[in-house]
Amino acid sequence: MNIFVDSAGPLLEALGTTVMMAVIAGVAAIVLGTVVTAARISPIPVLRGLAFAYVQFFVNVPLLVLLILAVFALPDAGLLLPLTPTAIIVLALYEAAYVAEAIRSGVNTVGTGQIEASRALGFTLVQSLRLVVVPQALRAAVQPIGNVMIALTMNTALAAAVGVVELTSEANKLNLVEAQPILIFTVAGLIYMALALVIGLGAGRIEKRVAIKR
Amino acid sequence: MSTSTHEAPVSLYDEPGPRAKRAIRLWSVVAVVVVALVIVLAGLQFGSHGQLDADRWTPFLSAGIWQYLLVGLWGTIQAAALVAVLGGAFGLVLALGRLSRNPVIHGVSTAYIEIARTIPVLLLIYLMLFGLPQLGLNFPLLWKLVIPLTIANAAAFAEIIRAGILGLPAGQSEAALSLGLSRGQAMRLVVLPQALRFVTPSLVTQLVSLVKDTSLGYIVAFTELLYRGQVLAAYNHFLIPTFIVVTLIYLVFNGALSTLASRLRRRPGKRSLAEPTSGAAPIVGVPVTDGPARSARSRSARNAKE
Repeated sequence: MNIFVDSAGPLLEALGTTVMMAVIAGVAAIVLGTVVTAARISPIPVLRGLAFAYVQFFVNVPLLVLLILAVFALPDAGLLLPLTPTAIIVLALYEAAYVAEAIRSGVNTVGTGQIEASRALGFTLVQSLRLVVVPQALRAAVQPIGNVMIALTMNTALAAAVGVVELTSEANKLNLVEAQPILIFTVAGLIYMALALVIGLGAGRIEKRVAIKR
Repeated sequence: MSTSTHEAPVSLYDEPGPRAKRAIRLWSVVAVVVVALVIVLAGLQFGSHGQLDADRWTPFLSAGIWQYLLVGLWGTIQAAALVAVLGGAFGLVLALGRLSRNPVIHGVSTAYIEIARTIPVLLLIYLMLFGLPQLGLNFPLLWKLVIPLTIANAAAFAEIIRAGILGLPAGQSEAALSLGLSRGQAMRLVVLPQALRFVTPSLVTQLVSLVKDTSLGYIVAFTELLYRGQVLAAYNHFLIPTFIVVTLIYLVFNGALSTLASRLRRRPGKRSLAEPTSGAAPIVGVPVTDGPARSARSRSARNAKE
């Protein structure tokens, strides 16, 4: 266990990077995903098409390809940001597509009767979205969004492949020095599991709190 | 594209009147202008750094480069197929294990699924790549990619299959059991065939995610599409064109799979509805005649082979 005490500093720093990336990218992905969903269900065909194209692009292209494109290739076109922010932006854009899918599946759970009723009551589109559809859709989407957030946290590890020093790359570095693969990777895995557990429990708690008691 | 943009719940808004139509037209124009602006800005940015020069892109018209990249795609397909078969089979076992009445089997399967879902694949790959060789365990390149991906994807497949089994009306297995089938027979002959058909779209979607995962071959230096793209970019120094072409290949390949998945999703009942009706009469006799009939058939098939 000594190895973890000796290198506690860099390990904690790496864990901090992982958590920071997950939190910032997670919040950004939820906001962006909501916007994309809004465009996806809007009455404007152009916006619907754009949102559909956005989701299809990010659902079908590997995250690693996008990370490499952003980190190694885009500087050739003069688009250069520091490494970690670049990784966070790519992660956020990528996971936003999954968030959008999760929210859209939530929208689909809202019964057509609800929407028809709100229309029959004379609500405008914005009113029926704001007062009827979105509150129910987001409640139904809590658990799926939680799953996307867990996947996002796992995907922060891919940033290691483009050189961000976060938990996975730090674990790897530590192993190259200490040569204790089973121990070190198990501990790293346990930390990821703990992060996923926190997100899962958090999502569960939020879901319970916002649940509509009928 | 036009097919799925119509998925938006139509009942969300009325047929637009004249005013709504004007608003829609206005917002369409705004959206188009914004998109055009972004494209123009990107074009200017790329152009000012010489990224749009013809000599950077024309190499990608040559057959040689495509051949080079398609060898990579073939590697991707091979790895994905291996992971799909191994992960699918393992996932099926895990799904059945999680539904098992034996507490030990249930516990082990559940624990495996929950753990495998919350460990980054890259961590497993690093373990394969840098960890296990220190202990004298060294796999060939392909397996350094396939084993971690199988470990991770088996859990995903298991959850999909389990959802399919649980989603089937309980009457199906009750009816099978009341006809005298054993639990194993009921699962094998009645529940699984329907459940798997039911979740086929989700399985195809998981296949897309799995193909994306094979891009991690880049890290283990296994010859798949992204790794080939990387080698090509290191050789010709055209980073942007190369990775954009690689992106497009992934997009087309996975886009086809995704389209297949959404097609399957849109008309789920067709096959599963058609078969019970066409086979309505024989179903009555299934438990009695099917066993011998099938073995007779397989026997004759075996004879035919010999």
